[in-house]
Amino acid sequence: MQKTIKLIIVGIFILIVGVFYLSLNKNSNYDTRNLVGKKLSEIHIESFYEDKYLTNDILKKNNFLLINFWASWCSPCRTEHPILMKLNREKNLSIIGVNFKDKKSNANLFLKNLGNPYDFLAKDELGKHSINFGIYGIPESILINNDLLILKKFVGPLSTADYKEIKSIIIKK
Amino acid sequence: MLSNLGNLLLFLNTFLGITIIYYSFENLKSSKSSLSSKIYKYSLIQSTSIIICFFTLVGAFIISDFSLVSVYQNSHSLKPIFYKISGTWGNHEGSLLLWVIILTIFSFLFLIFNKSHPKKFRLYTLIFQNFLILGFLFFILFNSNPFENLTPIPLEGLGLNPILQDPALAIHPPLLYIGFVGSSIYFSAAMASLVTNYSESSFASSIKNWVLISWSFQTLGILVGSIWAYYELGWGGFWFWDPVENASLLPWFSMTALVHSLIVLEKRNILYFWVIILCLLTFILSVMGTFLVRSGILNSVHTFASDPSRGVYILIFLSFMIFGSLFILFRKYENKKYFINPNSKETFVLVNNWFMMFYLVTVMLGIFYPIFLDALTNNKISVGPPFYNTVIFPLVIIFLFFMTIGPQAKWIKNRFENIKILIFILLAAILINFTIFYIFKRYSILSNLLVISSLFLIISSLIDFTQSLKKSKTDLARIISHLSFGLLVLFIGLNHHFAIEKDFNIKLGETKNFKNYQIKFQELELKDYSNYKAVIGKLKINDLKKNQEKILTPEIRIYNNPQTLTYEAAIKSNLIEDYYLTMSNIDRSEYYNIKFQKKPFMMWIWISVTMISFGGFLRLFKNAKNY
Repeated sequence: MQKTIKLIIVGIFILIVGVFYLSLNKNSNYDTRNLVGKKLSEIHIESFYEDKYLTNDILKKNNFLLINFWASWCSPCRTEHPILMKLNREKNLSIIGVNFKDKKSNANLFLKNLGNPYDFLAKDELGKHSINFGIYGIPESILINNDLLILKKFVGPLSTADYKEIKSIIIKK
Repeated sequence: MLSNLGNLLLFLNTFLGITIIYYSFENLKSSKSSLSSKIYKYSLIQSTSIIICFFTLVGAFIISDFSLVSVYQNSHSLKPIFYKISGTWGNHEGSLLLWVIILTIFSFLFLIFNKSHPKKFRLYTLIFQNFLILGFLFFILFNSNPFENLTPIPLEGLGLNPILQDPALAIHPPLLYIGFVGSSIYFSAAMASLVTNYSESSFASSIKNWVLISWSFQTLGILVGSIWAYYELGWGGFWFWDPVENASLLPWFSMTALVHSLIVLEKRNILYFWVIILCLLTFILSVMGTFLVRSGILNSVHTFASDPSRGVYILIFLSFMIFGSLFILFRKYENKKYFINPNSKETFVLVNNWFMMFYLVTVMLGIFYPIFLDALTNNKISVGPPFYNTVIFPLVIIFLFFMTIGPQAKWIKNRFENIKILIFILLAAILINFTIFYIFKRYSILSNLLVISSLFLIISSLIDFTQSLKKSKTDLARIISHLSFGLLVLFIGLNHHFAIEKDFNIKLGETKNFKNYQIKFQELELKDYSNYKAVIGKLKINDLKKNQEKILTPEIRIYNNPQTLTYEAAIKSNLIEDYYLTMSNIDRSEYYNIKFQKKPFMMWIWISVTMISFGGFLRLFKNAKNY
């Protein structure tokens, strides 16, 4: 009996030390880059124009999908907008824009002035649904394929280099 | 130059540590009953040289010698002298040197203050303690050397994080370190006691003062850290169940259990192995806490630039400590059967220990669970106040009842003679409680029970106190600590229950109303100070019910070295309540976010904790007088 107790105690300490060792090599900050390579399970975003939710079917329509989170009040979003306009011409790719914590009139004005690159437009007025995509600031974009697998995450405005990277990914297939 | 001197002294200390271990083993073989004078001599040199080594580092900070990496990274020539000095231990490398100093000085003091104990026991304590010292010296020398050189020498340092430039935070680490590094000496003594079979009650008397020292300082250290977080971090409370705060609580719980069970060991010569386990556990938990904080596994306000190699080193050291002490403990463990009467002082002390272990396990689960979950399943969660409050507070109520009855009980066999008085006190406590809640018209079962149980303890402690004044043999230290603990819980209960909090956005000139308060944003001022710029808001708070006015001036500070933004809370405190206000700017907007809080009895929470630790010092003082 005593022996078992001793073994259990030693076992517990080995477990603790082992887990500590494992945690040493982990980044304890929440980092959404970890999401790359994972599948999006349930997608729950509201359509911008109508009172309904976007379904997985829309997301699976094309081979690749870029989900872009933006707002009219966000100035880096203006910087990346021309790149989104260019990406819009790609056949293999649909783009969903998620309008983040924004006013509808301002968002409409933004798209009227700068052009609308989005195949579908969604909204997240309270910024709550975006959390499920691992978004913690905008602009951010996520590239997924039609299996809903996250291929790439872009934190911050899309650059010309990002544009080339996206192109190379979608053309490969 | 200073770098060379420092390194030389570090090497000298390593050499001295090895020498002392060598001579101690030599001395064990000799048949003389007294210790060789060499050991005293070397221990004295060891303490002196580590102190000089520390002052060398302090000197480097004072003269801003940026050829040292640690000075360059944590100091700045324009910093006030006080913070230059406190910057010495405000960083990872310097604070490790503080570790070693406390290990060394405690080792020396334990050696000279325990002359009445057997030679073998003292020598083994010295040997174990010196192994600990060497472990940390190697860590400093090979991984975290505060005397590391930098070439070319930079002209200016990076500066100390402004939130650390604060008097409370200058004394927080030394106090806390005396507490949990001090526990190393009874870790070593416990190991020595196991090895030498020194299991009598006199073992308890050899360590009891050391336990008291570390416990009292640990209590103060936690308090100072908590006060700092209250006014500097702008969180507006006294405890946040932040993982690092909790890590400092773990050794405190086991120390508190130890303080109590030691009394039983000393008086009745029972519970020996339990005391040993607590001695070992306390220091192991201290090192574990250090590991969790320094390795960066726990994220918190204690952001030492984390470096995985540090973590690996401390983890190896910790494993040696854990498995080494377990090995010796298991070899020597005997299952002794004692008879303890369920109604006796011994039982009540054990009840205290059960509660302490319960709190310890609860808090430990709260810390470990997210770490385990992340390591094993990649999920990130955080365990917050709701968990701790729900699990811990209901049990505090029962704990307080035992705390009231326990000290009155007699050794070996108790009879409740004063049960009538206790019932009378309980009724008084209930009456006072309902008066409080009737006047303030609020109701919650938990708060009521907390207030009743704490009043129960307070009143009976006060009666104890007046009775003890008549007697010659008194235990004032115990009465003060227990009374203050009762006060602490009472004020926490009232503070929690009657606090008012309001969050809103406001712009200059605007007035907001809520409940019976009116807040007006009167002025916004920009001021230039030598090392920072400040945006100072002036807000007038009007208590419409009492017709009182208070002006609060929260600040947003922009520091230059290093460039940091800090929010300074405006606090108006008196003995009854604290007005607390923080202000933060909202990007691209003329609005400011204001958090207003009215917290009753904050001051009394601080006073209670100070008194708890004062009880410890008083006991220590008395023991020293008898010695």
